[in-house]
Amino acid sequence: MVRVLKLELRGITKRFGSLIANDHIDVVVEPGQIHCLLGENGAGKSTLMNVLYGLYEPSEGEILVDGEAVTFRGPGDAMAAGIGMVHQHFMLVPVFTVAENVALGAETTKAGGFLNLDDTRRKIKEISDKYGFDVDPDALIEDLPVGVQQRVEIIKALVRDAKVLILDEPTAVLTPQDTDELLDIMRQLKSNGTSIVFISHKLREVKAVSDTITVIRRGKVVGAADPGASTTELASMMVGRAVNLTLDKAPAKPQETTFQVKDLTVIAPTGQHVVDGISFDIARGEILAVAGVQGNGQTELTEAILGLQERCHGSILLDGEELLGHSVKEVLRAGVGFVPEDRTVDGLIGTFSIAENLVLDLYDQAPYAKGISMSPARILENAKSRIDEFDVRTPSGSLAAGTLSGGNQQKVVMARELSRPLRLFIASQPTRGVDVGSIEFLHKRIVAERDRGTPVMIVSTELDEVIELADRIAVLYRGKLVGIVPAGTGRDVLGLMMAGLSPESAHADTAHAPVQTSTSGAEGGDHE
Amino acid sequence: MSTTATSPVPGKPQQGKQQPGTPKSASEKAPAVSAKPVTWKVPVLLAVLGVVAFIFFGVMGPNQTARFGISSSGDFFQLPAIEVPAFLGGIVLSVLMLGLAGYAVYLKTRNEASPGWLPIVFIVLFVAAFLIWVVGGARTPSISLAGLIAGSVTLAVPLVFGSLSGVLCERVGVVNIAIEGQLLGGAFTAAMVATLTKSPFVGLLAAAVAGAVVSMVLAVFSIKYLVNQIIVGVVLNVLVSGLTGFLFSTVMQANKAQFNSPGRLPIIDIPVLSSIPVIGPILFKQSVVGYLMYIAVIVVWIGLFKTKWGLRVRAVGEHPQAADTMGIKVNATRFWNVTLGGAVAGIGGSFFTLVAIDSFTKEISGGRGFIALAALIFGRWNPIGAFFAALLFGFADNLQSIVTIIGTPVPSQFMAMLPYLVTVLAVAGLVGRSRPPAASGIPYVKG
Repeated sequence: MVRVLKLELRGITKRFGSLIANDHIDVVVEPGQIHCLLGENGAGKSTLMNVLYGLYEPSEGEILVDGEAVTFRGPGDAMAAGIGMVHQHFMLVPVFTVAENVALGAETTKAGGFLNLDDTRRKIKEISDKYGFDVDPDALIEDLPVGVQQRVEIIKALVRDAKVLILDEPTAVLTPQDTDELLDIMRQLKSNGTSIVFISHKLREVKAVSDTITVIRRGKVVGAADPGASTTELASMMVGRAVNLTLDKAPAKPQETTFQVKDLTVIAPTGQHVVDGISFDIARGEILAVAGVQGNGQTELTEAILGLQERCHGSILLDGEELLGHSVKEVLRAGVGFVPEDRTVDGLIGTFSIAENLVLDLYDQAPYAKGISMSPARILENAKSRIDEFDVRTPSGSLAAGTLSGGNQQKVVMARELSRPLRLFIASQPTRGVDVGSIEFLHKRIVAERDRGTPVMIVSTELDEVIELADRIAVLYRGKLVGIVPAGTGRDVLGLMMAGLSPESAHADTAHAPVQTSTSGAEGGDHE
Repeated sequence: MSTTATSPVPGKPQQGKQQPGTPKSASEKAPAVSAKPVTWKVPVLLAVLGVVAFIFFGVMGPNQTARFGISSSGDFFQLPAIEVPAFLGGIVLSVLMLGLAGYAVYLKTRNEASPGWLPIVFIVLFVAAFLIWVVGGARTPSISLAGLIAGSVTLAVPLVFGSLSGVLCERVGVVNIAIEGQLLGGAFTAAMVATLTKSPFVGLLAAAVAGAVVSMVLAVFSIKYLVNQIIVGVVLNVLVSGLTGFLFSTVMQANKAQFNSPGRLPIIDIPVLSSIPVIGPILFKQSVVGYLMYIAVIVVWIGLFKTKWGLRVRAVGEHPQAADTMGIKVNATRFWNVTLGGAVAGIGGSFFTLVAIDSFTKEISGGRGFIALAALIFGRWNPIGAFFAALLFGFADNLQSIVTIIGTPVPSQFMAMLPYLVTVLAVAGLVGRSRPPAASGIPYVKG
């Protein structure tokens, strides 16, 4: 049996200036266990793990490995002590091959410092075969799908003989199927004697694999939880108050169809048809959720509607008017509200104030502008009412938007887009990287917009969110519409459709062989 | 340029290699990165150049016979000179060029990309036609090809060292605009120290130290104090220029014998080998600095792409966080690499005062540090690519002076523009997309 390792964090405190990210945190990771750190975004989980991995020095407290206090001056020390980490944002050099990335920092060399990648290739093959990873050591990282990149990260840790593997939000970038595979890999690693620290805020996954759960809230340990506890219990521990996980949503009352997309094709600069002959329509008072794995044309679809894509064919009709070929400004003026998928890049200007961000689309119109001058008083006034209405947690509207937490930033974007009378509302990844409390709020606002009689289009890679919000579900795969299915379609059927199977064969497949793996199947109503 | 063949790194998605075995999950079946789009850029550019060549070098070509000497009198064996009727040569070569352009257009209509050799062959033909045109139109329509090439290599020496310095810095994530300052600092120090110690070799060593010192200033300010790298670089150039100019006029000019008579590094002539026509003088009749240049190019290339050091250096320049999480000290690696780059540029600077002429004058580097920067980009951040790019600039530089001597109707200023024109065209797409190291110019702050 391989060497095992017991890891203990005692009274770890980490301050950044006046901000206390970790406040006297105690965690014990027993050998051969999957220990979950459960907490919302911004609770301090990642900071804690960066302290453990030697990337940050703790302000107070100590780390004990097998009962002995250690000091990590850098990740090198942590790795030498048998700790490996898979970061949320992969630490892989995109232009390097798998072997080069794995070798980096622990290179085997021939005489004279020449690289000996053969040795690394052999090790990769060994681990790859053992866990069924199927990774080619000579493939370039930038050519690999994210799921495979993640396996490369795990290989990196295993090659360095990690006894404790830290996985920081590992499922954030994965499809439901990939997630199931990862959970299987975690169990396999555990049975081979590797302990795992699993950082997550996704309750279903946490419940599926954890042996022990430590809940962290606002930088403090609030207690241990039993993996058998219900998701509602876990969620309220994590958030610190009772949470209602299921959205109260009245059945849709679709009215007349006002938004139609016909044979829409978007051609990328590479010549690829990234959106390929898509047709669908949305009625007033209805939410159409577009599901699919990231990168299957969702981004281009929403951009085409907004007028951001150059080479489009087909037709996009809103109340009978053609949107295609019009500038973004004209599309917005036509009454389209748009929440982009990446709020920090496309949704907000981080260095501008919250108030300014709230009028980015109307800054040049009355009452915010008069001739060539803006009216700061009006803009601040507007900010006050929006901040109240959308419960943005900030002391003042004149603070930079970049200082807000993810959830509050998203509320600002949503507040701006919903502040105009809309004829179509599109939200892309409306709750990505947003805390549970805000998710609840944002979902309610989206449903409220629907009930006001606006056609709503949601694009999400989170199956839970799709299932929760949708009145109808459209699944995209490789730029094509696989099918549109009614709300209430099974999670397993949707998962297969996301892999490209038609609705009919997906139904047939799930009927014959019930693939009830850990995360797919059970408990439909959960938040991620 | 031969960079396409030699560079192991610059990113061409390797289509055939990805996704081994059967895809297992949905994300693996997601659309792959698609191939480079086939554009009209290359065919159109080639067609335009072909037409220009046909009109100027062909139809309007001169009527003399251009003569290109290949061997010099001391050579081991003699090769006959090449004589080309300028008009006919221009027509034949430009028709060949138009043929290539036509082939590129034909491929484009079938939605296929031009093969990598096509623009290279085209450039060679173009340069040949240009040479025939220029020489054919001169008062004395005869030049020594061997001399032209040997002179190009000589002029390229400081450029090669400068661009290697750039490679070493940018590969590790620091933009080195201060190459000019490092060259100049090296040139000055070489002259001064060689005179004082009466040994050009000590001067050479001192030049390396001087370049390294200039580079350390860049390193400290850009890495430790996070000052904008471009600004520090520009300021350093001005600083070194002012400092050496001041010391030159106050110290060196007043007492030339004592401070500014470094003597030259000897030209080492390897017997027999140096008598091979054309390549003999280039490879085997060089100063120490010249031989060091060849060694440096090879060592830097092997170092970057074949060793542990190189892997770490490139990782730091591409994704410093990834390197950091693998226990590599990012900022220390950057600091020492930038310092090393400065030393390399310093050696290049010594060429001006220890090889080319035997004294220092104000601004002796004459902006070659910036040309080295262009060579670095043209050579796609690859030592061998940068070497050939520097050679091209050296060639254009030398051609300009030779053409002035033999007396052509083209004003030499126009000839002097040639290398830059070539750069613009080349960077515009003839040699494919060039991609700098991802973290170049971005300071690394932990956490």
